[in-house]
Amino acid sequence: MAKAELKSETKTEIEDSSSLKGTLVSVFFVGFFIVVLWVGVYFLYLDRF
Amino acid sequence: MHMHKFEKIWLIFGVTALLVFLSVLGVSAFYLGNQPPSCLAVVDPTKVDEHETFKEPGLKKVEGKDWDYELVFVAQAFAYTPGTVEVPLGAKVKVIATSKDVIHGFGVAGTNINMMVEPGYISEIVTTFDKVGEYLVLCNEYCGSGHHLMTSMIKVVE
Amino acid sequence: MLKTSLNLKVDRRDAKLVMAHFYVAFIALLVGGLAGLLQVLVRSGKFELPAGIGYYQILTVHGVVLGLVLTTFFIMGFQLAAVSKTAGTFTNKQRTIGWIGFWIMTIGTVAAAVMILLNEASVLYTFYAPLQAHFVFYLGLTLVVVGSWAVGTTIILKYAEWRRANPGQPSPLLTFMALVNTMMWIVATIGVAATVLIQLLPWSLGLVETVNVGVSRTLFWYFGHPLVYFWLLPAYMAWYVMIPKIIGGKIFSDSLARMSFILFLLFSIPVGFHHQLLEPGIDPAWKFLQVVLTFLVVIPSLMTAFSLFATFESYGRSQGATGLFGWLKKLPWKDARFTVPFIGMLAFIPAGAGGIVNASHQMNQVVHNTVWVTGHFHLTVATAVVLTFFGVSFWLVPHLTGRKLTKKINKLALIQGYLWAIGMTFMSGAMHAAGLLGAPRRSSFSEYGGAAQAAEWIPYQIAQAVGGSILFIAIILMLYIFVNLAFFAPKGEEEFPVGEAANQEEKAPMVFENWKLWLGITVLLILFAYTIPFIDLIKNAPPGAQGYKLW
Repeated sequence: MAKAELKSETKTEIEDSSSLKGTLVSVFFVGFFIVVLWVGVYFLYLDRF
Repeated sequence: MHMHKFEKIWLIFGVTALLVFLSVLGVSAFYLGNQPPSCLAVVDPTKVDEHETFKEPGLKKVEGKDWDYELVFVAQAFAYTPGTVEVPLGAKVKVIATSKDVIHGFGVAGTNINMMVEPGYISEIVTTFDKVGEYLVLCNEYCGSGHHLMTSMIKVVE
Repeated sequence: MLKTSLNLKVDRRDAKLVMAHFYVAFIALLVGGLAGLLQVLVRSGKFELPAGIGYYQILTVHGVVLGLVLTTFFIMGFQLAAVSKTAGTFTNKQRTIGWIGFWIMTIGTVAAAVMILLNEASVLYTFYAPLQAHFVFYLGLTLVVVGSWAVGTTIILKYAEWRRANPGQPSPLLTFMALVNTMMWIVATIGVAATVLIQLLPWSLGLVETVNVGVSRTLFWYFGHPLVYFWLLPAYMAWYVMIPKIIGGKIFSDSLARMSFILFLLFSIPVGFHHQLLEPGIDPAWKFLQVVLTFLVVIPSLMTAFSLFATFESYGRSQGATGLFGWLKKLPWKDARFTVPFIGMLAFIPAGAGGIVNASHQMNQVVHNTVWVTGHFHLTVATAVVLTFFGVSFWLVPHLTGRKLTKKINKLALIQGYLWAIGMTFMSGAMHAAGLLGAPRRSSFSEYGGAAQAAEWIPYQIAQAVGGSILFIAIILMLYIFVNLAFFAPKGEEEFPVGEAANQEEKAPMVFENWKLWLGITVLLILFAYTIPFIDLIKNAPPGAQGYKLW
């Protein structure tokens, strides 16, 4: 039992330590900002003569 | 060269977004005609006053063109001629400008009318004045010590 | 074999050359910062310049001294240090060429500065003809450029020597990056050298009557956009290579870093028309082509964003961080060498996004020559780049002078970074907002004949003055830190941080060192983007423009 516990713990740790989930979310936040700003100014352009 | 799966996802997203931006701009520019002001016509900067278009600055009604009026401005340090002009609401107008001396900027605050005015070149842009109001014309390219005093006013009236 | 050339310390003789560059750079920071303070105060409408000093004279000082002098001197010094550290100490001949370059640049700077102070050259740092400055001003700028070529030669010679000594090996990453930036700079400055030497100098000397305005502007902007990448790439060098080491992590990928730099070399130059979108004389189709090329240069920055986040996350997780953002807590926030450049990285998010808007063809009409643009490049060069340079100075200056960054100075450095962030949020934020309302850039305080629209801009101008004043305090603090690190900090050893790649086995593909290939493509892209519109500008040119001195 103790052995099994140890095994599962190691496994989750390895998975977690090499994960780049946070990076993916972070860059998509950057992407979201770029799109929102661009669309915002584009609508300003459309609204003005 | 190895690339992480998430980086590929990110780059595909990024490149797609850029392509969408470019497509929107391209269709608007080349299909709908919303090009940035890019007139390729020239004029002798020392003979602006004798030029057909520029000898009488101001608003003129025109016939048989895609636009109803031509609004002509002459830029010279540190003034725009005319200093104030009224435009009827809804008029489709070609704004035309040139400079008699150095480079000026023709910016109309709160609108998309914004173009460089350079000696020797004619700058033009076509637009429909569809909102009533007083729009400040100002020089937005440095032209000398009186640069910030160089203005005009376009009044869009009903 | 690779390790042998990696100096533990930058050689003292090389350090002297680097520090010479830094002295000029930080004097420029003082002068330019003071000019900036005066500008925001004048533009608030509450303050007038004494003794008949002109707003535009001060503005010329600000632009030339910060945009051209601070940046060029700091970058050349930084790149020399990076190459000396990673490719080995310069030979005496190489170092002498570097010193010659330094003195040519310095003489040029002084000549241009004297003309500006005499009010003979209030033409701003873009010096658009037909405003005509004194010929010594143009000569001075030429010397700055020529001097930078000499310093660049030092870097190129060292690189070539390293390659000969290490056949079949990819060059050290920092040396590679410094080389890319140097080559981009040389290719780009040919444009500004051409307009100054062929057009503006003979014209200001009275040898020719008139100047072709369209050609001059096009040559300037052929140089003007790669100029901003010349500022940015050294910051990227620090972000890619030094920051990972400072936090205790690894470089995410050596090869991808090289690839992004190659992309910058290819796509930074044939994009100058996006500064000329609203001008007559250039066909809109060619403008659009360069807009497309401009968008391509966004891609290496997207790659950089990923690499940096990945470096941070990998490090955080190696320290036991869990969850989506737990790694953020593991970063060394109390270390100014990390935190101050990190603020710069954050600033580059809105800066880059704004840049995409600026380059968007007809959308440029919304923002062109408004103070939005000023807000934009105060985020790019005056935050992302400059805070990274400051962050580099915190360890590089003591490394070179044999001193230590003390806890106390580190704390001041953090305060300096926070002040910058606060000041710039006010100033740049207000500039972006006022710009969208139509407020122009490069303009003294004006009520524009009492126009209602102009009255709306004044609160934003006051916010700019508040932000600008905070920034000036941060500049004074930075100068204090620099002087301390250069002359007064306790003697000791300060580390020159050079990161290692996470994957040591993966050797960078040698194709990245094939300069015939990359420079060849660079030239082809430039010819493709410029040849036809440039011939148009010459063939269909209007009568030339006479010179004017309107200040």
